[in-house]
Amino acid sequence: MKPVNEMKLVIPSRSANESYARVAVAAFAAQLDPTIEEINDIKTAVSEAVTNCIVHAYRDKIGTIFLTVKLFEEGKISIKIRDSGCGIENVEQAMEPLFTTAGEERAGLGFAVMESFMDKLTVRSKPGKGTTVSMEKRLKARPLRV
Amino acid sequence: MSVKIEHRDKVMTAYLEGEIDHHSARSIREQIDDEAQQSKPQTLLLDFGRVSFMDSSGIGLVMGRFRLMSELGGSLKVVNTPPHIAKVMRLAGMERLNVLEKENGR
Ligand SMILES: Nc1ncnc2c1ncn2[C@@H]1O[C@H](COP(=O)(O)OP(=O)(O)OP(=O)(O)O)[C@@H](O)[C@H]1O
Ligand SMILES: [Mg+2]
Repeated sequence: MKPVNEMKLVIPSRSANESYARVAVAAFAAQLDPTIEEINDIKTAVSEAVTNCIVHAYRDKIGTIFLTVKLFEEGKISIKIRDSGCGIENVEQAMEPLFTTAGEERAGLGFAVMESFMDKLTVRSKPGKGTTVSMEKRLKARPLRV
Repeated sequence: MSVKIEHRDKVMTAYLEGEIDHHSARSIREQIDDEAQQSKPQTLLLDFGRVSFMDSSGIGLVMGRFRLMSELGGSLKVVNTPPHIAKVMRLAGMERLNVLEKENGR
């Protein structure tokens, strides 16, 4: 299906950009007239994926994060967040709740949050090449105002 | 993001305000830990009343303070969580740590 509208965002992996990325996606998604809860769900999921690029993919360096957001008829939003960082050896294990390769202050719940706050989550990764996280959410039926 | 800390008897309350993510969590953590190490409170209250956003970095923050308070021989309580933040806490199974205030977490 062809999207009704689309936006791309390219940012360096600086932690100050975490809030910018989630707010930018939320502002774009506002065209679908989401509820406050839906907006919060989207912001939280985006924050998780972008933070993972910063904390894990580009652990000791600054790399580039690519976001693509598409809006479809009938209120579906798809969000793709890609990095060309270290990649994930075992995606299935990484997606298990509480699994983390980082220290004490990480809960290991980022993927669990994305999975539960969005309708669909797909993770593709190649060690040494990078990771792409794709998410979809269908918002409650409202007319699109594009 | 800002933290205001208050002491009353052996209770230390940290009033959190703004957005909690990986970027802001470090300074919150440092401020709370510095104070708690010095004053060794019996109870640490984390007040989320003015928190407008939180992702799993906030869960890490709460779990880390839970460990700190266990080390200090005290306890942790999380209070005034707005609905969306309560949703993240529930997903993380925070009920099991028994730190969530009962009444207003919808
Ligand atoms: N973009 C990525 N690049 C490389 N590794 C990743 C990426 N995203 C996730 N990972 C790996 O998957 C693990 C689980 O990620 P998840 O977001 O669920 O938890 P976390 O980031 O460790 O902790 P939390 O998100 O709760 O702070 C990470 O610890 C890391 O090893
Ligand atoms: Mg994460």
